[in-house]
Amino acid sequence: MKLPIYLDYSATTPVDPRVAEKMIPWLSEHFGNPASRSHPYGWEAEKAVEEARERVAALVNADAKEIVWTSGATESNNLALKGAAHFYAASKGRHILTVATEHKAVLDTVKELERQGFEATYLMPQQNGLITVEQFQAALRPDTVIASVMAVNNEIGVIQPIAELGELCRANGTLFHVDAAQAAGKMPLDLARLNVDLMSFSAHKAYGPKGIGALYVRRKPRVRLEPQMHGGGHERGLRSGTLPTHQIVGMGEAFRLAREEMGSEIERIRALRDKLLKGISDIEEVYVNGDMEQRVAHNLNVSFNFVEGESLIMAIKDIAVSSGSACTSASLEPSYVLRALGRSDELAHSSIRFTLGRFTTEEEIDYTIDLLHAKIAKLRDLSPLWEMYKEGIDLSTVQWAAH
Amino acid sequence: MSYSEKVIDHYENPRNVGALDKDDEDVGTGMVGAPACGDVMKLQIKVGKDGVIKDAKFKTYGCGSAIASSSLVTEWVKGKTIDEALAIKNTQIAEELALPPVKIHCSILAEDAIKAAVADYRKKKGE
Repeated sequence: MKLPIYLDYSATTPVDPRVAEKMIPWLSEHFGNPASRSHPYGWEAEKAVEEARERVAALVNADAKEIVWTSGATESNNLALKGAAHFYAASKGRHILTVATEHKAVLDTVKELERQGFEATYLMPQQNGLITVEQFQAALRPDTVIASVMAVNNEIGVIQPIAELGELCRANGTLFHVDAAQAAGKMPLDLARLNVDLMSFSAHKAYGPKGIGALYVRRKPRVRLEPQMHGGGHERGLRSGTLPTHQIVGMGEAFRLAREEMGSEIERIRALRDKLLKGISDIEEVYVNGDMEQRVAHNLNVSFNFVEGESLIMAIKDIAVSSGSACTSASLEPSYVLRALGRSDELAHSSIRFTLGRFTTEEEIDYTIDLLHAKIAKLRDLSPLWEMYKEGIDLSTVQWAAH
Repeated sequence: MSYSEKVIDHYENPRNVGALDKDDEDVGTGMVGAPACGDVMKLQIKVGKDGVIKDAKFKTYGCGSAIASSSLVTEWVKGKTIDEALAIKNTQIAEELALPPVKIHCSILAEDAIKAAVADYRKKKGE
């Protein structure tokens, strides 16, 4: 078993060896520019790009013509939100609806649109991380030009009710964008049934390479965007720039494998995730963050009360995980997602996100369970807060000498 | 974040972890920091009749630097008189542990913990 154990699959995934193998010939051997129309080097590259486009479309039951290549989900989110907001502002309005727990690639893009004169509403989720259909409906306005809600939250893995939200948007004449970076290949997505107009994808969250992604742009009813990248008119003018054939082939193969293997893979990973949760549930004062039912199978996010986040990360250095604590600087910035759920600063700081994946083994989960028992016990022996809790002192009543 | 070897040593093998009887009149207890700030240090000293600190214990909720700073001061105060302990400066702690600039507040908290423990002891003695 290799240490540290990788349990950070929502940060990125390794490229599946089968994917890497498919990519390699498109680097040196078949290096043509897919936009070259006058010779076989270009033709074969174009064919590979179009096959990959079909594979990406097939995973989400879309038409290949609805897929636009981008550099990743961040660019897809930027293109979708800025492109649609700018195109439809004059006809529909300048209000944007989103959620406080979206990825920064959405939140910061909406903030930029606010600077450009748009108005935004950020919905606060319930304590389980989910927004309700009712609160979303109440926030939709006649001038809401676009709404953006992620399918799966990157930190806590909860699945938002995008089918219901999409219906409300369609009825309101509002475009609906869904960031599906954490969802594609991790749960079924059927764009023939969902009222989603724009959907962002990333390859590297699903065993493909970094630096490539896609944006789904609905054709019926047709969605129009103002391009954000100008140049040679690639991707029907929506996103100029020479297509990276090897990256695209990699994303296509990764999504093809996801479509074939997702069913059995999700169940295997869910069993391991549930084993991990069961294995640590006998530790006192452990809190699961986010709804456990409306949640992807590979995510577990828990807070360990009375231990501090950074020392926890130091203690469990044999596992590679993400922390809700970003205190690498003097200012402590607990996860804004967990704060939006109403978690205290302390619980937000001591949260750990475990995300499992294709190459996670049962042996690794067993090791992780044992490690957590030992290290949490050690840190609590060191913790004056744990001592006070054990003495029955209510910490919220203590007057702290803040420094 | 990369830590110095001394911080890692104190973090992995903290000295003098534990508690003294806070109701013992020879024991001074200082608790500084706040959970919302990410650090709480509890330092206890037991002072002999001769005014020399015989024993010291700590518990710390905080990052590796906070744990190391408090572990280090328990070693340093033992065998010192109260006045000598009060003379320990945060800069000495930061220097000994090679704390990075963003972790200087941990050494300040450790210095404050000594002062708070001594103040509690003196209050008990009616000084």
